[in-house]
Amino acid sequence: MNGVWTFLSDGANWVGPDGIWTRIAEHLQYSVLALLIAAVIALPLGALIGHTGKGITAAVGLANLLRALPSLGLLTLLVLWGLTIVQDNPDIPARWGLYVPSILVLVILGIPPILTNTYAGIGAVDPAVRDAASGLGMTGGQVLRKVELPVAAPLIFAGLRSAFLQIVATATILALVVTLGGLGRFILDGPKSPVNPYGIMAGGAVLVAVLAIVGDRVIAAIGYAAISPGLRSNGRPGNRRRRPALTTRNDPAALAEVQQ
Amino acid sequence: MNWAWIDSQWPTIWQEFGQHVWLSVLPVLIGLLLSIPIGALAHRYGWLRPPLVTLAGLTYTIPSLALFVVLPGLLGTKILDPINVVVALTLYTVALLVRTVADALDTVPDDVRQAALAMGYRPVRQLLAVDLPVAAPVIGAGVRVATVSNVSLVAIAALIGVPQLGSLFTQGFQEDFATPIIVGIVGCLVLALVLDLLIVLAIRLLTPWQRAGRIGRRGRSAAAAELAEVVGPAEVIG
Repeated sequence: MNGVWTFLSDGANWVGPDGIWTRIAEHLQYSVLALLIAAVIALPLGALIGHTGKGITAAVGLANLLRALPSLGLLTLLVLWGLTIVQDNPDIPARWGLYVPSILVLVILGIPPILTNTYAGIGAVDPAVRDAASGLGMTGGQVLRKVELPVAAPLIFAGLRSAFLQIVATATILALVVTLGGLGRFILDGPKSPVNPYGIMAGGAVLVAVLAIVGDRVIAAIGYAAISPGLRSNGRPGNRRRRPALTTRNDPAALAEVQQ
Repeated sequence: MNWAWIDSQWPTIWQEFGQHVWLSVLPVLIGLLLSIPIGALAHRYGWLRPPLVTLAGLTYTIPSLALFVVLPGLLGTKILDPINVVVALTLYTVALLVRTVADALDTVPDDVRQAALAMGYRPVRQLLAVDLPVAAPVIGAGVRVATVSNVSLVAIAALIGVPQLGSLFTQGFQEDFATPIIVGIVGCLVLALVLDLLIVLAIRLLTPWQRAGRIGRRGRSAAAAELAEVVGPAEVIG
């Protein structure tokens, strides 16, 4: 642990093209971009499935299939293909041959948690609430936007956090592709360093963990601001029950996520 | 696809597949055995829960690659020792399942508990004979997630040189040759699918009343289990 401190406390390690700040920026850039793309794909799909109640079996199958795909295998395969495509098409910027596959691997990792939590959250909306909304004359789209999505928001944000956590932790393997950088570089290069090998490697791991925690808190804060006060499960102490809201009671995903 | 290569490498591939199987399965078994008592404690003593959940969340932020490299220093093992992979994945499994076990025990209906109490069950026996079987479908959903993600995580150990299907990825990448990578991906998918089916089968065998309950009056636990199945492997990570 002393080695970690030696590595992290030396200001010289933080600056420069292969310094800690650069690596954090790279790591964060890949992770945030992948999370946004995953959300753009999985949120509407999950909302549609939750709203119509159709295609749940297919969605479960898709989520499980994506989850079972080994990230490292996908990364190596897509990078090989990406490099071939770039070689054959000089119009495409060469950097994309590495960049697109890497982001894609992280996007695939982020889709299952967002997808399952979105449709589970919408599926768990109390039917009486949905009926009341229709009774007020809302159209299907209005029910989805004004009632179902806000009520499902705690679970949806839990899915986003779960996705981000996995993306940030897995972005370390992008270091296999040397020019991509990211914090994984410290973990892979550390052991080869003549000075303080353990400290550099473990320091890289600590930085990934800190990045994951900070990102998780930021998404949680956005969620806290976006979620209606009546639906917050972790409001002011003494003000609310410790248990999650009734709608999520029998849902293991919800139970697990909401309690954090 | 270079089929001749697959043919010539078949014994090695098969051996790597075998390595992959036990590196993914063993951590789930150990992890489940450890999670049940810890999860039961977290369920019973509410004050234990927040620190345990936080600890589990923190464990998940550690990149697996980092854990594979750091553990030899902590355990005094060699870097290539597969034990490091087993320990790392056991940690992730426990982090995931402790919460699932505690949450699953929450779904056991109060009337079931009271019936068990009235019949004279002592706490430990009640946990083993009543609570855990009733909670089995929800715990099973967590075990499915843990198993499938372990199959994918084991592959990352190839970056430090522990042989299993992931070795095909690094090999194909270095040799600019897609066939081994495709073989490795297919191997991982098949393994994940087979293990997942086995767990589903095990849950069915362990909870015969689930099928009966669906036809007749649906108890709360049956509804919970059904939801767990619809949600599929729950997103218990976080």
